[in-house]
Amino acid sequence: MSGPVSGPGALRRGPGRVLIAVYAVFALSATARATVQILTRYDEARLAYTLSALAALVYVAATVALARSTALSRRVALAACSVELAGVLAIGAVSYASPERFPDATVWSHFGQGYGFVPLVLPVLGLLWLRHTRAA
Amino acid sequence: MIDALSVTVVVLALLAALGAIVLTVMNKRINWPLLIGLGVVELATLVQLVVGIVRLAGTDTDVSGVTFVIYLVAAVVVLPIGALWALAERSRWGAGVLAVACLVVPVLVLRLDQIWSGA
Repeated sequence: MSGPVSGPGALRRGPGRVLIAVYAVFALSATARATVQILTRYDEARLAYTLSALAALVYVAATVALARSTALSRRVALAACSVELAGVLAIGAVSYASPERFPDATVWSHFGQGYGFVPLVLPVLGLLWLRHTRAA
Repeated sequence: MIDALSVTVVVLALLAALGAIVLTVMNKRINWPLLIGLGVVELATLVQLVVGIVRLAGTDTDVSGVTFVIYLVAAVVVLPIGALWALAERSRWGAGVLAVACLVVPVLVLRLDQIWSGA
Protein backbone atom coordinates (compact mmCIF):
# COMPACT_ATOMS: atom_id res chain seq x y z
CA MET A 1 0.00 0.00 0.00
CA SER A 2 3.04 2.29 -0.25
CA GLY A 3 4.17 4.50 -3.11
CA PRO A 4 2.44 7.38 -4.83
CA VAL A 5 -1.30 7.04 -5.18
CA SER A 6 -1.70 9.65 -7.91
CA GLY A 7 -0.01 10.39 -11.23
CA PRO A 8 0.13 8.41 -14.48
CA GLY A 9 -0.30 4.71 -13.99
CA ALA A 10 -1.77 5.09 -10.51
CA LEU A 11 -5.09 3.58 -11.52
CA ARG A 12 -3.52 0.27 -12.52
CA ARG A 13 -1.43 -0.17 -9.38
CA GLY A 14 -2.36 -1.77 -6.08
CA PRO A 15 -6.04 -2.65 -5.61
CA GLY A 16 -6.73 -0.95 -8.95
CA ARG A 17 -5.09 -3.89 -10.63
CA VAL A 18 -7.67 -6.26 -9.12
CA LEU A 19 -10.47 -3.88 -10.06
CA ILE A 20 -9.28 -3.77 -13.69
CA ALA A 21 -9.08 -7.57 -13.72
CA VAL A 22 -12.74 -7.79 -12.67
CA TYR A 23 -13.67 -5.14 -15.24
CA ALA A 24 -11.85 -7.09 -17.95
CA VAL A 25 -13.82 -10.25 -17.08
CA PHE A 26 -17.08 -8.32 -17.40
CA ALA A 27 -15.97 -6.56 -20.59
CA LEU A 28 -15.15 -9.88 -22.27
CA SER A 29 -18.17 -11.80 -21.04
CA ALA A 30 -20.63 -8.96 -21.72
CA THR A 31 -19.22 -8.47 -25.22
CA ALA A 32 -19.40 -12.17 -26.00
CA ARG A 33 -22.91 -12.47 -24.59
CA ALA A 34 -24.26 -9.41 -26.44
CA THR A 35 -22.65 -10.56 -29.69
CA VAL A 36 -24.29 -13.98 -29.47
CA GLN A 37 -27.66 -12.50 -28.47
CA ILE A 38 -27.72 -10.00 -31.34
CA LEU A 39 -26.39 -12.41 -33.97
CA THR A 40 -28.65 -15.34 -33.08
CA ARG A 41 -31.97 -13.97 -31.76
CA TYR A 42 -32.09 -10.16 -31.91
CA ASP A 43 -35.81 -10.08 -32.74
CA GLU A 44 -36.79 -11.90 -29.55
CA ALA A 45 -35.81 -9.08 -27.21
CA ARG A 46 -34.51 -6.07 -29.09
CA LEU A 47 -34.45 -3.70 -26.12
CA ALA A 48 -32.71 -6.14 -23.81
CA TYR A 49 -30.08 -7.09 -26.38
CA THR A 50 -29.40 -3.49 -27.39
CA LEU A 51 -28.88 -2.66 -23.72
CA SER A 52 -26.62 -5.72 -23.40
CA ALA A 53 -24.47 -4.32 -26.21
CA LEU A 54 -24.42 -0.89 -24.58
CA ALA A 55 -23.38 -2.42 -21.26
CA ALA A 56 -20.61 -4.34 -23.03
CA LEU A 57 -19.28 -1.14 -24.63
CA VAL A 58 -19.31 0.62 -21.25
CA TYR A 59 -17.35 -2.23 -19.63
CA VAL A 60 -14.79 -2.23 -22.44
CA ALA A 61 -14.39 1.56 -22.20
CA ALA A 62 -14.00 1.42 -18.41
CA THR A 63 -11.47 -1.44 -18.59
CA VAL A 64 -9.29 0.25 -21.20
CA ALA A 65 -9.54 3.69 -19.58
CA LEU A 66 -8.65 2.40 -16.10
CA ALA A 67 -5.76 0.33 -17.46
CA ARG A 68 -4.31 3.22 -19.52
CA SER A 69 -4.45 5.49 -16.49
CA THR A 70 -3.62 8.80 -18.18
CA ALA A 71 -5.18 12.19 -17.45
CA LEU A 72 -7.49 11.81 -20.45
CA SER A 73 -8.39 8.19 -19.75
CA ARG A 74 -9.35 9.12 -16.17
CA ARG A 75 -12.13 11.24 -17.64
CA VAL A 76 -13.24 8.41 -19.89
CA ALA A 77 -13.20 6.05 -16.90
CA LEU A 78 -15.22 8.54 -14.83
CA ALA A 79 -17.81 8.80 -17.60
CA ALA A 80 -17.92 5.03 -18.12
CA CYS A 81 -18.31 4.23 -14.43
CA SER A 82 -21.01 6.91 -14.08
CA VAL A 83 -22.98 5.58 -17.06
CA GLU A 84 -22.51 2.08 -15.68
CA LEU A 85 -23.91 3.03 -12.26
CA ALA A 86 -26.81 4.93 -13.81
CA GLY A 87 -27.46 2.01 -16.15
CA VAL A 88 -27.51 -0.70 -13.50
CA LEU A 89 -29.78 1.42 -11.27
CA ALA A 90 -32.16 2.41 -14.08
CA ILE A 91 -32.38 -1.01 -15.75
CA GLY A 92 -32.48 -2.70 -12.36
CA ALA A 93 -35.48 -0.59 -11.38
CA VAL A 94 -37.29 -0.95 -14.73
CA SER A 95 -36.73 -4.72 -14.81
CA TYR A 96 -38.57 -5.02 -11.50
CA ALA A 97 -41.28 -2.47 -12.35
CA SER A 98 -42.16 -3.77 -15.83
CA PRO A 99 -40.51 -7.16 -16.44
CA GLU A 100 -42.48 -7.60 -19.70
CA ARG A 101 -40.07 -5.15 -21.34
CA PHE A 102 -37.24 -7.59 -20.69
CA PRO A 103 -38.18 -11.01 -22.03
CA ASP A 104 -34.51 -11.95 -21.71
CA ALA A 105 -32.07 -10.79 -19.06
CA THR A 106 -29.35 -8.21 -19.51
CA VAL A 107 -26.28 -7.98 -17.30
CA TRP A 108 -27.94 -5.06 -15.49
CA SER A 109 -31.41 -6.62 -14.99
CA HIS A 110 -32.50 -6.86 -11.35
CA PHE A 111 -29.45 -4.81 -10.33
CA GLY A 112 -27.10 -7.49 -11.63
CA GLN A 113 -28.61 -10.26 -9.52
CA GLY A 114 -27.69 -12.89 -12.11
CA TYR A 115 -24.05 -11.91 -11.65
CA GLY A 116 -23.98 -11.87 -7.85
CA PHE A 117 -24.73 -8.13 -7.81
CA VAL A 118 -21.14 -7.51 -8.94
CA PRO A 119 -22.48 -5.15 -11.69
CA LEU A 120 -23.96 -2.99 -8.92
CA VAL A 121 -20.82 -2.93 -6.77
CA LEU A 122 -18.29 -2.53 -9.59
CA PRO A 123 -19.12 1.05 -10.69
CA VAL A 124 -19.17 2.20 -7.05
CA LEU A 125 -15.71 0.72 -6.50
CA GLY A 126 -14.55 2.26 -9.79
CA LEU A 127 -15.73 5.73 -8.79
CA LEU A 128 -14.23 5.38 -5.29
CA TRP A 129 -10.92 4.27 -6.80
CA LEU A 130 -10.91 7.19 -9.23
CA ARG A 131 -11.46 9.55 -6.31
CA HIS A 132 -8.83 7.85 -4.18
CA THR A 133 -6.14 8.16 -6.86
CA ARG A 134 -6.85 11.66 -8.12
CA ALA A 135 -3.99 14.17 -8.01
CA ALA A 136 -4.10 16.32 -4.90
CA MET B 1 -21.42 -32.95 -17.83
CA ILE B 2 -21.44 -32.71 -14.04
CA ASP B 3 -18.90 -35.38 -13.20
CA ALA B 4 -15.64 -36.04 -11.39
CA LEU B 5 -13.64 -33.93 -13.84
CA SER B 6 -15.83 -30.84 -13.45
CA VAL B 7 -15.80 -31.20 -9.67
CA THR B 8 -12.01 -31.61 -9.69
CA VAL B 9 -11.48 -28.48 -11.78
CA VAL B 10 -13.84 -26.44 -9.57
CA VAL B 11 -12.31 -27.65 -6.29
CA LEU B 12 -8.73 -27.05 -7.47
CA ALA B 13 -9.60 -23.57 -8.73
CA LEU B 14 -11.38 -22.68 -5.49
CA LEU B 15 -8.40 -23.92 -3.45
CA ALA B 16 -6.02 -21.81 -5.54
CA ALA B 17 -8.35 -18.82 -5.17
CA LEU B 18 -8.42 -19.35 -1.41
CA GLY B 19 -4.60 -19.46 -1.33
CA ALA B 20 -4.41 -16.24 -3.36
CA ILE B 21 -6.94 -14.51 -1.07
CA VAL B 22 -4.98 -15.61 2.02
CA LEU B 23 -1.78 -14.11 0.55
CA THR B 24 -3.64 -10.88 -0.26
CA VAL B 25 -5.09 -10.60 3.24
CA MET B 26 -1.73 -11.41 4.84
CA ASN B 27 -0.09 -8.69 2.71
CA LYS B 28 2.20 -11.20 0.93
CA ARG B 29 3.33 -11.17 -2.66
CA ILE B 30 2.78 -14.00 -5.12
CA ASN B 31 4.93 -16.97 -4.08
CA TRP B 32 6.01 -20.26 -5.62
CA PRO B 33 3.46 -22.48 -3.84
CA LEU B 34 0.67 -20.33 -5.29
CA LEU B 35 2.19 -20.45 -8.78
CA ILE B 36 2.52 -24.25 -8.53
CA GLY B 37 -1.12 -24.41 -7.45
CA LEU B 38 -2.08 -22.32 -10.47
CA GLY B 39 -0.09 -24.72 -12.66
CA VAL B 40 -2.12 -27.64 -11.30
CA VAL B 41 -5.39 -25.81 -12.05
CA GLU B 42 -4.13 -24.94 -15.52
CA LEU B 43 -3.28 -28.61 -16.15
CA ALA B 44 -6.80 -29.58 -15.06
CA THR B 45 -8.36 -27.07 -17.47
CA LEU B 46 -6.22 -28.49 -20.29
CA VAL B 47 -7.47 -32.01 -19.49
CA GLN B 48 -10.99 -30.59 -19.42
CA LEU B 49 -10.45 -29.05 -22.87
CA VAL B 50 -9.33 -32.35 -24.40
CA VAL B 51 -12.00 -34.46 -22.67
CA GLY B 52 -14.67 -31.89 -23.50
CA ILE B 53 -13.85 -31.87 -27.21
CA VAL B 54 -13.71 -35.68 -27.32
CA ARG B 55 -17.11 -35.92 -25.62
CA LEU B 56 -18.56 -33.22 -27.87
CA ALA B 57 -17.46 -35.20 -30.93
CA GLY B 58 -19.04 -38.36 -29.53
CA THR B 59 -22.37 -37.03 -28.26
CA ASP B 60 -25.76 -37.48 -29.88
CA THR B 61 -27.45 -34.77 -27.84
CA ASP B 62 -27.98 -31.29 -29.18
CA VAL B 63 -25.16 -29.25 -27.64
CA SER B 64 -24.22 -25.77 -28.84
CA GLY B 65 -20.76 -26.86 -29.97
CA VAL B 66 -19.16 -23.51 -30.75
CA THR B 67 -20.22 -21.98 -27.43
CA PHE B 68 -19.09 -25.09 -25.59
CA VAL B 69 -15.61 -25.00 -27.12
CA ILE B 70 -15.30 -21.23 -26.50
CA TYR B 71 -15.95 -21.83 -22.80
CA LEU B 72 -13.48 -24.74 -22.74
CA VAL B 73 -10.80 -22.53 -24.30
CA ALA B 74 -11.67 -19.58 -22.04
CA ALA B 75 -11.05 -21.78 -19.00
CA VAL B 76 -7.58 -22.62 -20.36
CA VAL B 77 -6.51 -19.05 -21.17
CA VAL B 78 -7.89 -17.17 -18.15
CA LEU B 79 -5.11 -18.13 -15.74
CA PRO B 80 -2.15 -17.32 -18.05
CA ILE B 81 -3.69 -13.94 -18.92
CA GLY B 82 -4.44 -13.27 -15.25
CA ALA B 83 -0.88 -14.26 -14.33
CA LEU B 84 0.57 -11.83 -16.90
CA TRP B 85 -1.50 -9.03 -15.41
CA ALA B 86 -0.71 -10.11 -11.83
CA LEU B 87 3.06 -10.60 -12.05
CA ALA B 88 3.71 -6.95 -12.94
CA GLU B 89 2.17 -5.95 -9.61
CA ARG B 90 4.74 -6.02 -6.83
CA SER B 91 2.37 -5.87 -3.91
CA ARG B 92 -0.27 -8.06 -2.24
CA TRP B 93 -2.66 -7.09 -5.02
CA GLY B 94 -0.83 -9.30 -7.51
CA ALA B 95 -2.20 -12.28 -5.58
CA GLY B 96 -5.57 -10.50 -5.55
CA VAL B 97 -5.60 -10.51 -9.36
CA LEU B 98 -4.82 -14.25 -9.34
CA ALA B 99 -7.74 -14.81 -6.96
CA VAL B 100 -10.05 -13.13 -9.49
CA ALA B 101 -8.64 -15.24 -12.33
CA CYS B 102 -9.08 -18.44 -10.29
CA LEU B 103 -12.68 -17.56 -9.41
CA VAL B 104 -13.54 -17.19 -13.10
CA VAL B 105 -12.76 -20.88 -13.67
CA PRO B 106 -15.64 -22.33 -11.55
CA VAL B 107 -18.06 -19.92 -13.25
CA LEU B 108 -16.92 -21.17 -16.66
CA VAL B 109 -17.27 -24.81 -15.54
CA LEU B 110 -20.82 -24.15 -14.31
CA ARG B 111 -21.68 -22.56 -17.66
CA LEU B 112 -20.12 -25.57 -19.44
CA ASP B 113 -22.44 -27.86 -17.49
CA GLN B 114 -25.43 -25.68 -18.39
CA ILE B 115 -24.50 -25.61 -22.07
CA TRP B 116 -23.98 -29.37 -22.04
CA SER B 117 -27.45 -29.92 -20.63
CA GLY B 118 -28.94 -27.57 -23.21
CA ALA B 119 -29.69 -24.55 -21.02
